[in-house]
Amino acid sequence: MLGYILKRLLYAVPVTLAVSIICFSLVQLAPGDPLTVVLPADASQEIVDQTRARYGLDKPLPTQYLLWLGNVLQGDLGTSIASGRSVASEIGHAIGYTLSVAVLACLLALVVGLALGLVAGYAMGSPVDKLASATAISGVSVPHYWLGIVLVVFFSVKLGWFPAMGAGRSGQSLGDALSFMILPVLTMAAMPAGIITRSVRALVAEKLGQEFVTALRAKGMTSPQIFAHVVKNAAPTALAVIGVQMGYLMAGSILVETVFAWPGTGLLLNNAILTRDIPLLQGTILVLALIFVALNLIVDILQPLFDPRIQRA
Amino acid sequence: MTVSEITLPTTQPTRSQGYWSNVWHKLLRDRVSVACMIVLALIILSAIFAPLLTSYDPAVGSVVQRLKPPFTEGYILGTDELGRDMLTRLLYGGRMSLIMGILPVLLALVIGGTLGTVAGFVGGWTNTIIMRATDVVFAFPSILLAVAIAGALGSGLLNALIALTVVLIPPMVRVTESATTQVRSLDFVEAARASGAGGLTIIRVHILGNILAPVVVYATSLLSVAIIMSAGLSFIGLGAKPPTPEWGLMLNTLRSAIYSQPLIAALPGVFIFAVSLSFNLLSDGLRSAMDMS
Repeated sequence: MLGYILKRLLYAVPVTLAVSIICFSLVQLAPGDPLTVVLPADASQEIVDQTRARYGLDKPLPTQYLLWLGNVLQGDLGTSIASGRSVASEIGHAIGYTLSVAVLACLLALVVGLALGLVAGYAMGSPVDKLASATAISGVSVPHYWLGIVLVVFFSVKLGWFPAMGAGRSGQSLGDALSFMILPVLTMAAMPAGIITRSVRALVAEKLGQEFVTALRAKGMTSPQIFAHVVKNAAPTALAVIGVQMGYLMAGSILVETVFAWPGTGLLLNNAILTRDIPLLQGTILVLALIFVALNLIVDILQPLFDPRIQRA
Repeated sequence: MTVSEITLPTTQPTRSQGYWSNVWHKLLRDRVSVACMIVLALIILSAIFAPLLTSYDPAVGSVVQRLKPPFTEGYILGTDELGRDMLTRLLYGGRMSLIMGILPVLLALVIGGTLGTVAGFVGGWTNTIIMRATDVVFAFPSILLAVAIAGALGSGLLNALIALTVVLIPPMVRVTESATTQVRSLDFVEAARASGAGGLTIIRVHILGNILAPVVVYATSLLSVAIIMSAGLSFIGLGAKPPTPEWGLMLNTLRSAIYSQPLIAALPGVFIFAVSLSFNLLSDGLRSAMDMS
């Protein structure tokens, strides 16, 4: 077990480095001289050279990368061009908002996906299965930013139940805070719920056809007991799916947060794009990608605990 | 020339033609797949023949006709925030949205498919380099990487196309590589090699002939994702620019109308959803018609 964990951790090191290299290269991808945003257009060549040296931009790229990586490791992600504040503090303010919505959306997706998937898998071919499967594929296919708009139209504009935008003000009651979260959470849960339903349904159908279920039936086990066995077999897959989806949700929240003006990392990215604030874009992408790598690692490490067969593979 | 080169081309096409017509007949028996094909055909044809179906210019509006509700005289689906005919914008918008959804998948199929076939067939270091590079891209959630690349390059359709293609290549490489690796070790490939067939001939006749079907089906499952992502990029200002009609961009600019004309504000998304859902269901139907699960 320990060896397996070490192997996984070791494997994550080159991946993490590669992710950092890609994030570093984003600045190189951006057209134009990065100095033009810092310096006035009529700056003398001397000042341009000085600034270039101060930012380390006169050094070869590998050296620049190592300098940048050194700063990143110390928690320095650079300075936002638009706000003048440190990128790390900007992300620090926003990440909690993204995380809370993503966690709630994952929990909702897990509950809905497991329930729909189990029912559909058990009653394969029945009207209930057809309904659950149709819901699932709609969840997978729906452009979630549009779903957000539709939810706002119904629940905010027509019914007036929930606020359409923002996260409210500081010091509000928990109920008020939650009311702002309901629509973003519903929107974000749609796709992972659909994916979990589809994988659990396929898994349950597969397990039910396996010999161990026939054996359990032959031993005289009742349906609820067999059900428990099937759930136990399906749980690791559902957990693995939700773990990966959590990372997708945090990263994919950019579109949903734009719809709801939800002040998380997605809105940060959106602002960075609008103002061409490359340091902010780079820092936010790096943090979200590292969270994704970490979540994948956690899923890899946790999975054998639920399903010992994986370790041997 | 060897025997295999003379005999195989004559047997191969007849066998595969029989296979494809069998799949096609199975697909036609599936009502959901047929419905999806009809929906997609209607949307694609109406986008192509948009100028014949409407007399309005998608870029020109009238200030006095702003945000008219659907079924207004002269405007069946109403008008947008600049007084442009919604139906016209939706039809023309389909051109850009469909191209931006389908083209990246085609490019990824060609580029990723080639890389995957080479990696699977050559093996060794070539395989390691291609597959590890693929792993790195997989370390990013696809939408995040697309936003990162398009965001760094700046808005514009070409940049969005590049970003989407880069994001879609790795899954194509993985699927093609694993299919090629499986086929490569089969007996008939050994037999072809033993009878003197060259590497390219084996790839063209034996490998491609056997992996093309599953790889193409996998590519169809990416169409839905690509449509949602490309419209999504335009929705956040990367991709199409006003006044270009594009479904994602229309959803964004119509957000100001969400209180006054909610129906119109939500309308472009219906088309994105319809196309994405149809592609997904059709891909499922194709999969079961080909007995793949």
